[in-house]
Amino acid sequence: MVASAAVRLFGMWASPAVRRVEWALKLKGIEYEYIEEDLSNKSSSLLEFNPINKQVPVLVHNCNPIVESLVILEYIDETWKDNPILPVDPLERAKARFWATFVDVKCREESRKAFFMEGEEKEKAIENLQVQLKALDEELEGKKFFSGDHIGYTDLAVGWMTFWLGVAEEAAGFKANYDVKFPNFSRWIKDFLAEPVIKDNLPPREKTVEFFRAFKQLGSCTKVNQK
Amino acid sequence: MADLGKEVKLVGSTNSLFTCRPRVALNLKGVDYDFLQEKWWQKSDLLLESNPVYKKMPVLIHNNKPVCESMIIVEYIDETWTSKGPSILPSDPYDRAMSRFWTAYSDDKFPSLLRVLMGPIPGDIPEAREQFVASLQLLEAALKKCSKGKIFFGGDNIGYLDIALGSHFGWIEATEKLAGIRLLEKETVPRLVEWSEHYFAHPAVKDIMPTTEELVAFVTEVKSTLSAPAK
Repeated sequence: MVASAAVRLFGMWASPAVRRVEWALKLKGIEYEYIEEDLSNKSSSLLEFNPINKQVPVLVHNCNPIVESLVILEYIDETWKDNPILPVDPLERAKARFWATFVDVKCREESRKAFFMEGEEKEKAIENLQVQLKALDEELEGKKFFSGDHIGYTDLAVGWMTFWLGVAEEAAGFKANYDVKFPNFSRWIKDFLAEPVIKDNLPPREKTVEFFRAFKQLGSCTKVNQK
Repeated sequence: MADLGKEVKLVGSTNSLFTCRPRVALNLKGVDYDFLQEKWWQKSDLLLESNPVYKKMPVLIHNNKPVCESMIIVEYIDETWTSKGPSILPSDPYDRAMSRFWTAYSDDKFPSLLRVLMGPIPGDIPEAREQFVASLQLLEAALKKCSKGKIFFGGDNIGYLDIALGSHFGWIEATEKLAGIRLLEKETVPRLVEWSEHYFAHPAVKDIMPTTEELVAFVTEVKSTLSAPAK
Protein backbone atom coordinates (compact mmCIF):
# COMPACT_ATOMS: atom_id res chain seq x y z
CA MET A 1 0.00 0.00 0.00
CA VAL A 2 1.39 3.37 -0.98
CA ALA A 3 1.72 5.99 1.76
CA SER A 4 -0.86 8.72 1.21
CA ALA A 5 1.68 11.55 1.22
CA ALA A 6 3.45 10.04 -1.80
CA VAL A 7 0.40 10.43 -4.06
CA ARG A 8 -1.50 13.69 -4.32
CA LEU A 9 -4.25 14.66 -6.72
CA PHE A 10 -5.15 18.28 -7.42
CA GLY A 11 -8.71 18.43 -8.68
CA MET A 12 -12.05 20.19 -8.85
CA TRP A 13 -15.29 18.51 -7.77
CA ALA A 14 -17.24 19.05 -11.03
CA SER A 15 -14.43 18.02 -13.38
CA PRO A 16 -14.88 14.78 -15.37
CA ALA A 17 -11.16 14.64 -16.13
CA VAL A 18 -10.38 14.65 -12.41
CA ARG A 19 -12.95 11.91 -11.67
CA ARG A 20 -11.40 9.80 -14.41
CA VAL A 21 -8.10 9.83 -12.51
CA GLU A 22 -9.84 9.12 -9.19
CA TRP A 23 -11.63 6.13 -10.70
CA ALA A 24 -8.28 4.72 -11.85
CA LEU A 25 -6.64 5.30 -8.47
CA LYS A 26 -9.54 3.61 -6.67
CA LEU A 27 -9.65 0.67 -9.10
CA LYS A 28 -6.01 0.09 -8.27
CA GLY A 29 -6.51 0.56 -4.53
CA ILE A 30 -4.02 3.44 -4.41
CA GLU A 31 -4.31 5.74 -1.43
CA TYR A 32 -3.95 9.40 -2.22
CA GLU A 33 -4.42 12.84 -0.79
CA TYR A 34 -7.02 14.89 -2.67
CA ILE A 35 -6.64 18.66 -2.86
CA GLU A 36 -9.71 20.61 -4.03
CA GLU A 37 -8.80 23.63 -6.17
CA ASP A 38 -10.77 26.84 -6.54
CA LEU A 39 -10.13 27.43 -10.24
CA SER A 40 -10.97 31.11 -9.91
CA ASN A 41 -8.17 31.40 -7.35
CA LYS A 42 -5.60 28.72 -8.11
CA SER A 43 -3.22 27.64 -5.41
CA SER A 44 0.48 28.36 -5.68
CA SER A 45 1.04 24.58 -5.54
CA LEU A 46 -1.11 23.98 -8.62
CA LEU A 47 0.65 26.75 -10.52
CA GLU A 48 4.03 25.37 -9.46
CA PHE A 49 3.16 21.80 -10.48
CA ASN A 50 1.40 22.74 -13.74
CA PRO A 51 2.83 26.07 -14.89
CA ILE A 52 2.11 25.35 -18.54
CA ASN A 53 -1.62 24.61 -18.59
CA LYS A 54 -2.46 25.66 -15.01
CA GLN A 55 -5.20 23.02 -15.12
CA VAL A 56 -6.52 20.11 -13.11
CA PRO A 57 -6.08 17.22 -12.73
CA VAL A 58 -2.46 17.11 -11.61
CA LEU A 59 -1.16 13.90 -10.09
CA VAL A 60 1.91 14.39 -7.93
CA HIS A 61 3.81 11.20 -7.18
CA ASN A 62 6.96 11.40 -5.09
CA CYS A 63 7.00 15.14 -5.81
CA ASN A 64 6.89 14.60 -9.60
CA PRO A 65 3.86 16.18 -11.28
CA ILE A 66 2.03 14.46 -14.14
CA VAL A 67 -0.66 16.35 -16.07
CA GLU A 68 -3.25 15.53 -18.78
CA SER A 69 -5.73 12.95 -17.55
CA LEU A 70 -5.08 10.28 -20.21
CA VAL A 71 -1.31 10.63 -19.65
CA ILE A 72 -2.00 10.24 -15.92
CA LEU A 73 -4.04 7.06 -16.54
CA GLU A 74 -1.16 5.46 -18.45
CA TYR A 75 1.28 6.55 -15.75
CA ILE A 76 -0.89 5.00 -13.05
CA ASP A 77 -1.16 1.74 -15.02
CA GLU A 78 2.59 1.57 -15.59
CA THR A 79 3.53 2.43 -12.02
CA TRP A 80 1.03 0.27 -10.09
CA LYS A 81 0.81 -3.01 -11.95
CA ASP A 82 -2.06 -4.70 -10.03
CA ASN A 83 -5.52 -4.61 -11.67
CA PRO A 84 -4.23 -3.45 -15.07
CA ILE A 85 -6.52 -1.05 -16.94
CA LEU A 86 -4.86 -1.38 -20.35
CA PRO A 87 -4.86 -4.73 -22.17
CA VAL A 88 -1.64 -6.67 -22.78
CA ASP A 89 -1.94 -7.20 -26.54
CA PRO A 90 -0.43 -4.34 -28.61
CA LEU A 91 -3.34 -4.23 -31.06
CA GLU A 92 -5.91 -4.10 -28.26
CA ARG A 93 -3.85 -1.36 -26.56
CA ALA A 94 -3.82 0.62 -29.81
CA LYS A 95 -7.61 0.27 -30.09
CA ALA A 96 -8.08 1.35 -26.46
CA ARG A 97 -5.94 4.45 -27.03
CA PHE A 98 -7.71 5.17 -30.31
CA TRP A 99 -11.17 5.28 -28.73
CA ALA A 100 -9.92 7.25 -25.74
CA THR A 101 -8.46 10.00 -27.91
CA PHE A 102 -11.50 9.93 -30.23
CA VAL A 103 -13.80 10.66 -27.32
CA ASP A 104 -11.45 13.12 -25.67
CA VAL A 105 -10.89 15.19 -28.79
CA LYS A 106 -13.81 14.69 -31.16
CA CYS A 107 -16.79 13.93 -28.91
CA ARG A 108 -15.73 16.57 -26.44
CA GLU A 109 -15.45 19.16 -29.24
CA GLU A 110 -18.96 18.48 -30.52
CA SER A 111 -20.40 18.31 -27.01
CA ARG A 112 -18.88 21.71 -26.23
CA LYS A 113 -20.39 23.17 -29.38
CA ALA A 114 -23.80 21.66 -28.63
CA PHE A 115 -23.51 23.08 -25.12
CA PHE A 116 -22.38 26.63 -25.93
CA MET A 117 -23.88 27.34 -29.33
CA GLU A 118 -27.42 27.98 -30.47
CA GLY A 119 -29.45 27.60 -33.61
CA GLU A 120 -27.98 25.90 -36.67
CA GLU A 121 -24.52 25.48 -35.15
CA LYS A 122 -26.03 23.71 -32.15
CA GLU A 123 -28.07 21.42 -34.41
CA LYS A 124 -25.03 20.59 -36.53
CA ALA A 125 -22.98 19.76 -33.41
CA ILE A 126 -25.72 17.43 -32.13
CA GLU A 127 -25.82 15.73 -35.53
CA ASN A 128 -22.03 15.24 -35.48
CA LEU A 129 -22.18 13.96 -31.91
CA GLN A 130 -24.76 11.38 -32.92
CA VAL A 131 -22.51 10.11 -35.72
CA GLN A 132 -19.77 9.72 -33.10
CA LEU A 133 -22.13 7.98 -30.66
CA LYS A 134 -23.10 5.54 -33.43
CA ALA A 135 -19.41 4.61 -33.84
CA LEU A 136 -19.14 4.03 -30.08
CA ASP A 137 -22.36 2.02 -30.12
CA GLU A 138 -20.99 -0.24 -32.87
CA GLU A 139 -17.73 -0.70 -30.96
CA LEU A 140 -19.73 -1.96 -27.97
CA GLU A 141 -21.53 -4.67 -29.98
CA GLY A 142 -21.22 -7.97 -28.11
CA LYS A 143 -19.24 -6.42 -25.23
CA LYS A 144 -20.33 -5.46 -21.74
CA PHE A 145 -17.67 -2.77 -21.49
CA PHE A 146 -15.29 -1.27 -24.06
CA SER A 147 -12.52 -3.19 -22.30
CA GLY A 148 -14.48 -6.49 -22.20
CA ASP A 149 -15.99 -8.03 -19.07
CA HIS A 150 -14.48 -5.45 -16.73
CA ILE A 151 -14.04 -1.71 -16.96
CA GLY A 152 -10.66 -0.56 -18.22
CA TYR A 153 -8.84 2.34 -19.80
CA THR A 154 -11.32 2.99 -22.60
CA ASP A 155 -14.30 2.88 -20.25
CA LEU A 156 -12.58 5.32 -17.90
CA ALA A 157 -11.78 7.59 -20.85
CA VAL A 158 -15.32 7.50 -22.29
CA GLY A 159 -16.88 7.49 -18.81
CA TRP A 160 -17.51 11.23 -18.69
CA MET A 161 -20.26 10.72 -21.24
CA THR A 162 -22.24 8.56 -18.82
CA PHE A 163 -22.85 11.46 -16.47
CA TRP A 164 -21.57 14.79 -17.77
CA LEU A 165 -23.17 14.52 -21.19
CA GLY A 166 -26.57 14.21 -19.49
CA VAL A 167 -25.67 17.14 -17.24
CA ALA A 168 -24.67 19.23 -20.26
CA GLU A 169 -27.91 18.31 -22.03
CA GLU A 170 -29.99 19.41 -19.06
CA ALA A 171 -27.99 22.60 -18.44
CA ALA A 172 -27.97 23.68 -22.08
CA GLY A 173 -31.32 22.34 -23.26
CA PHE A 174 -30.42 19.79 -25.91
CA LYS A 175 -30.83 16.04 -26.39
CA ALA A 176 -28.42 13.70 -28.12
CA ASN A 177 -31.09 10.98 -27.80
CA TYR A 178 -28.66 8.14 -27.24
CA ASP A 179 -31.15 6.31 -25.00
CA VAL A 180 -33.42 5.93 -28.03
CA LYS A 181 -30.97 5.59 -30.89
CA PHE A 182 -27.99 3.68 -29.49
CA PRO A 183 -28.98 0.62 -27.42
CA ASN A 184 -25.46 -0.72 -26.79
CA PHE A 185 -24.25 2.66 -25.64
CA SER A 186 -27.28 3.17 -23.36
CA ARG A 187 -26.82 -0.26 -21.85
CA TRP A 188 -23.10 0.46 -21.30
CA ILE A 189 -23.96 3.71 -19.50
CA LYS A 190 -26.15 1.81 -17.01
CA ASP A 191 -23.55 -0.92 -16.47
CA PHE A 192 -20.73 1.62 -16.05
CA LEU A 193 -22.66 3.74 -13.56
CA ALA A 194 -23.55 0.60 -11.57
CA GLU A 195 -19.89 -0.22 -10.93
CA PRO A 196 -19.10 0.53 -7.26
CA VAL A 197 -15.93 2.52 -8.00
CA ILE A 198 -17.93 4.74 -10.34
CA LYS A 199 -21.24 5.19 -8.55
CA ASP A 200 -19.54 6.06 -5.29
CA ASN A 201 -17.35 8.64 -7.06
CA LEU A 202 -19.61 11.01 -8.94
CA PRO A 203 -20.41 14.62 -8.09
CA PRO A 204 -23.95 15.46 -6.89
CA ARG A 205 -26.11 15.78 -10.01
CA GLU A 206 -28.18 18.84 -9.23
CA LYS A 207 -25.19 20.80 -8.02
CA THR A 208 -23.29 19.82 -11.21
CA VAL A 209 -26.20 20.90 -13.43
CA GLU A 210 -26.30 24.26 -11.63
CA PHE A 211 -22.55 24.62 -12.04
CA PHE A 212 -22.77 23.94 -15.78
CA ARG A 213 -25.74 26.30 -16.16
CA ALA A 214 -23.70 29.08 -14.56
CA PHE A 215 -20.71 28.11 -16.68
CA LYS A 216 -22.78 28.41 -19.87
CA GLN A 217 -23.96 31.85 -18.80
CA LEU A 218 -20.35 33.00 -18.68
CA GLY A 219 -20.26 32.31 -22.38
CA SER A 220 -17.93 30.47 -24.74
CA CYS A 221 -14.99 32.82 -24.03
CA THR A 222 -14.40 31.10 -20.72
CA LYS A 223 -12.34 27.95 -20.97
CA VAL A 224 -13.00 25.09 -18.56
CA ASN A 225 -9.74 24.68 -16.69
CA GLN A 226 -9.57 20.95 -16.91
CA LYS A 227 -8.13 18.44 -19.31
CA MET B 1 1.70 -17.50 -34.64
CA ALA B 2 1.84 -14.93 -37.41
CA ASP B 3 5.31 -14.12 -38.65
CA LEU B 4 5.91 -10.63 -37.34
CA GLY B 5 6.91 -8.17 -40.03
CA LYS B 6 5.67 -10.29 -42.91
CA GLU B 7 2.67 -8.18 -43.80
CA VAL B 8 3.17 -4.53 -42.99
CA LYS B 9 1.65 -1.75 -45.04
CA LEU B 10 1.60 1.95 -44.33
CA VAL B 11 -1.02 4.12 -45.99
CA GLY B 12 0.13 7.73 -46.05
CA SER B 13 1.85 10.52 -47.88
CA THR B 14 5.48 11.58 -48.11
CA ASN B 15 4.47 15.19 -47.36
CA SER B 16 2.35 14.34 -44.34
CA LEU B 17 3.95 15.18 -41.02
CA PHE B 18 1.86 12.51 -39.36
CA THR B 19 2.95 9.84 -41.86
CA CYS B 20 6.64 10.60 -41.14
CA ARG B 21 6.23 9.39 -37.60
CA PRO B 22 5.48 5.69 -38.14
CA ARG B 23 7.99 5.68 -41.02
CA VAL B 24 10.77 6.74 -38.63
CA ALA B 25 9.58 4.18 -36.07
CA LEU B 26 9.55 1.36 -38.62
CA ASN B 27 13.03 2.38 -39.80
CA LEU B 28 14.32 2.39 -36.22
CA LYS B 29 13.04 -1.14 -35.78
CA GLY B 30 14.32 -2.28 -39.17
CA VAL B 31 10.86 -3.44 -40.23
CA ASP B 32 10.14 -3.76 -43.95
CA TYR B 33 6.85 -2.36 -45.16
CA ASP B 34 4.93 -1.45 -48.26
CA PHE B 35 4.39 2.27 -48.48
CA LEU B 36 1.08 3.11 -50.14
CA GLN B 37 1.19 6.75 -51.23
CA GLU B 38 -2.10 8.61 -51.01
CA LYS B 39 -3.09 11.40 -53.40
CA TRP B 40 -3.89 14.52 -51.36
CA TRP B 41 -6.91 15.35 -53.51
CA GLN B 42 -8.54 11.93 -53.41
CA LYS B 43 -8.62 9.38 -50.62
CA SER B 44 -8.16 5.75 -51.61
CA ASP B 45 -10.75 3.05 -50.88
CA LEU B 46 -8.18 1.34 -48.70
CA LEU B 47 -7.78 4.44 -46.52
CA LEU B 48 -11.53 4.91 -46.21
CA GLU B 49 -12.09 1.25 -45.31
CA SER B 50 -9.21 0.98 -42.88
CA ASN B 51 -9.94 4.27 -41.09
CA PRO B 52 -13.71 4.77 -41.36
CA VAL B 53 -13.87 6.95 -38.23
CA TYR B 54 -11.39 9.66 -39.24
CA LYS B 55 -10.75 8.82 -42.92
CA LYS B 56 -7.21 10.16 -42.39
CA MET B 57 -3.68 8.94 -42.88
CA PRO B 58 -1.49 7.41 -41.72
CA VAL B 59 -2.89 3.95 -41.21
CA LEU B 60 -0.63 1.01 -40.45
CA ILE B 61 -2.01 -2.29 -41.64
CA HIS B 62 -0.31 -5.23 -39.93
CA ASN B 63 -1.51 -8.75 -40.74
CA ASN B 64 -4.61 -7.13 -42.26
CA LYS B 65 -5.50 -5.29 -39.04
CA PRO B 66 -5.50 -1.48 -39.18
CA VAL B 67 -3.94 0.78 -36.55
CA CYS B 68 -4.78 4.50 -36.76
CA GLU B 69 -3.45 7.78 -35.34
CA SER B 70 0.24 8.46 -35.81
CA MET B 71 1.58 8.29 -32.25
CA ILE B 72 -0.70 5.35 -31.40
CA ILE B 73 0.90 3.61 -34.39
CA VAL B 74 4.38 4.53 -33.10
CA GLU B 75 3.54 2.97 -29.73
CA TYR B 76 2.10 -0.09 -31.43
CA ILE B 77 5.33 -0.50 -33.42
CA ASP B 78 7.36 -0.19 -30.19
CA GLU B 79 5.18 -2.74 -28.38
CA THR B 80 5.04 -5.24 -31.26
CA TRP B 81 8.66 -5.38 -32.42
CA THR B 82 10.18 -5.47 -28.97
CA SER B 83 13.23 -7.50 -29.85
CA LYS B 84 14.09 -5.44 -32.92
CA GLY B 85 15.91 -2.12 -32.75
CA PRO B 86 16.01 0.29 -29.81
CA SER B 87 13.02 0.99 -27.53
CA ILE B 88 11.13 4.02 -28.70
CA LEU B 89 9.46 4.95 -25.43
CA PRO B 90 11.61 5.36 -22.33
CA SER B 91 11.35 2.60 -19.73
CA ASP B 92 10.65 4.81 -16.70
CA PRO B 93 6.92 5.65 -16.25
CA TYR B 94 7.60 9.30 -15.39
CA ASP B 95 9.83 9.75 -18.46
CA ARG B 96 7.12 8.10 -20.56
CA ALA B 97 4.54 10.51 -19.14
CA MET B 98 6.79 13.46 -20.02
CA SER B 99 7.19 12.15 -23.58
CA ARG B 100 3.42 11.82 -23.95
CA PHE B 101 2.74 15.22 -22.40
CA TRP B 102 5.15 17.14 -24.62
CA THR B 103 3.90 15.26 -27.69
CA ALA B 104 0.32 16.28 -26.90
CA TYR B 105 1.53 19.84 -26.24
CA SER B 106 3.34 20.13 -29.59
CA ASP B 107 0.42 18.62 -31.50
CA ASP B 108 -1.97 21.01 -29.79
CA LYS B 109 0.12 24.15 -30.46
CA PHE B 110 2.18 23.78 -33.59
CA PRO B 111 -0.13 22.92 -36.48
CA SER B 112 -2.73 25.58 -35.62
CA LEU B 113 -0.12 28.31 -35.00
CA LEU B 114 1.80 27.42 -38.16
CA ARG B 115 -1.40 27.56 -40.22
CA VAL B 116 -2.04 31.11 -39.00
CA LEU B 117 1.57 32.08 -39.72
CA MET B 118 1.48 30.50 -43.18
CA GLY B 119 -1.72 32.31 -44.04
CA PRO B 120 -4.40 29.77 -44.92
CA ILE B 121 -6.48 30.57 -41.86
CA PRO B 122 -7.04 34.11 -40.59
CA GLY B 123 -5.47 35.12 -37.32
CA ASP B 124 -3.23 37.59 -35.57
CA ILE B 125 0.20 36.86 -37.04
CA PRO B 126 2.37 38.74 -34.49
CA GLU B 127 0.46 37.08 -31.64
CA ALA B 128 0.78 33.65 -33.27
CA ARG B 129 4.52 34.19 -33.70
CA GLU B 130 4.88 35.23 -30.06
CA GLN B 131 2.99 32.12 -28.89
CA PHE B 132 5.03 29.91 -31.20
CA VAL B 133 8.36 31.26 -30.00
CA ALA B 134 7.20 30.88 -26.38
CA SER B 135 6.30 27.23 -27.09
CA LEU B 136 9.75 26.63 -28.58
CA GLN B 137 11.32 28.03 -25.43
CA LEU B 138 9.32 25.64 -23.27
CA LEU B 139 10.50 22.78 -25.47
CA GLU B 140 14.09 24.02 -25.18
CA ALA B 141 13.78 23.66 -21.39
CA ALA B 142 12.07 20.27 -21.79
CA LEU B 143 14.93 19.08 -24.02
CA LYS B 144 17.47 20.05 -21.38
CA LYS B 145 15.53 18.03 -18.78
CA CYS B 146 14.50 14.99 -20.85
CA SER B 147 17.83 14.50 -22.65
CA LYS B 148 19.76 14.32 -19.36
CA GLY B 149 22.79 15.84 -21.01
CA LYS B 150 22.53 13.91 -24.29
CA ILE B 151 21.49 15.16 -27.74
CA PHE B 152 18.00 13.72 -28.12
CA PHE B 153 14.86 13.81 -25.96
CA GLY B 154 15.29 10.03 -25.93
CA GLY B 155 18.90 10.36 -24.73
CA ASP B 156 21.55 8.65 -26.87
CA ASN B 157 19.04 7.66 -29.51
CA ILE B 158 15.87 9.16 -30.90
CA GLY B 159 12.67 8.19 -29.15
CA TYR B 160 8.95 8.89 -28.98
CA LEU B 161 9.15 12.63 -28.39
CA ASP B 162 11.95 13.15 -30.92
CA ILE B 163 9.77 11.44 -33.54
CA ALA B 164 6.70 13.50 -32.62
CA LEU B 165 8.46 16.85 -32.52
CA GLY B 166 10.75 16.15 -35.45
CA SER B 167 7.76 15.77 -37.76
CA HIS B 168 6.77 19.38 -37.07
CA PHE B 169 10.19 20.86 -37.78
CA GLY B 170 10.11 20.48 -41.55
CA TRP B 171 6.89 22.49 -41.46
CA ILE B 172 8.49 25.14 -39.25
CA GLU B 173 11.12 25.76 -41.91
CA ALA B 174 8.56 25.70 -44.72
CA THR B 175 6.50 28.29 -42.83
CA GLU B 176 9.58 30.47 -42.37
CA LYS B 177 10.11 30.43 -46.14
CA LEU B 178 6.47 30.97 -47.08
CA ALA B 179 5.80 33.69 -44.54
CA GLY B 180 9.25 35.31 -44.65
CA ILE B 181 9.70 35.17 -40.87
CA ARG B 182 12.21 33.62 -38.47
CA LEU B 183 10.81 31.19 -35.93
CA LEU B 184 13.63 28.83 -35.01
CA GLU B 185 16.58 30.94 -33.89
CA LYS B 186 19.89 29.62 -32.60
CA GLU B 187 20.15 32.68 -30.34
CA THR B 188 16.98 31.83 -28.41
CA VAL B 189 16.71 28.01 -28.68
CA PRO B 190 20.28 26.74 -29.26
CA ARG B 191 19.67 23.22 -27.97
CA LEU B 192 16.61 22.73 -30.18
CA VAL B 193 18.47 23.95 -33.25
CA GLU B 194 21.33 21.54 -32.53
CA TRP B 195 18.83 18.76 -31.80
CA SER B 196 17.02 19.33 -35.13
CA GLU B 197 20.29 19.11 -37.06
CA HIS B 198 21.09 15.77 -35.42
CA TYR B 199 17.52 14.51 -35.81
CA PHE B 200 17.33 15.22 -39.54
CA ALA B 201 20.75 13.58 -40.04
CA HIS B 202 19.75 10.39 -38.20
CA PRO B 203 19.81 7.29 -40.46
CA ALA B 204 16.20 6.40 -39.60
CA VAL B 205 15.04 9.91 -40.52
CA LYS B 206 17.13 11.45 -43.28
CA ASP B 207 15.80 9.60 -46.29
CA ILE B 208 12.13 9.96 -45.52
CA MET B 209 11.66 13.56 -44.43
CA PRO B 210 10.46 15.88 -47.18
CA THR B 211 12.78 18.82 -47.85
CA THR B 212 11.69 22.37 -47.11
CA GLU B 213 11.50 22.99 -50.86
CA GLU B 214 9.19 19.99 -51.34
CA LEU B 215 6.88 21.19 -48.58
CA VAL B 216 6.83 24.75 -49.95
CA ALA B 217 6.00 23.40 -53.44
CA PHE B 218 3.28 21.19 -51.94
CA VAL B 219 1.62 24.08 -50.10
CA THR B 220 1.80 26.23 -53.22
CA GLU B 221 0.23 23.46 -55.30
CA VAL B 222 -2.59 22.87 -52.81
CA LYS B 223 -3.32 26.59 -52.48
CA SER B 224 -3.44 27.21 -56.21
CA THR B 225 -5.57 24.13 -56.85
CA LEU B 226 -8.07 25.05 -54.15
CA SER B 227 -8.30 28.67 -55.25
CA ALA B 228 -8.62 27.90 -58.99
CA PRO B 229 -12.04 28.78 -60.41
CA ALA B 230 -14.40 25.77 -60.65
CA LYS B 231 -14.68 24.33 -64.11
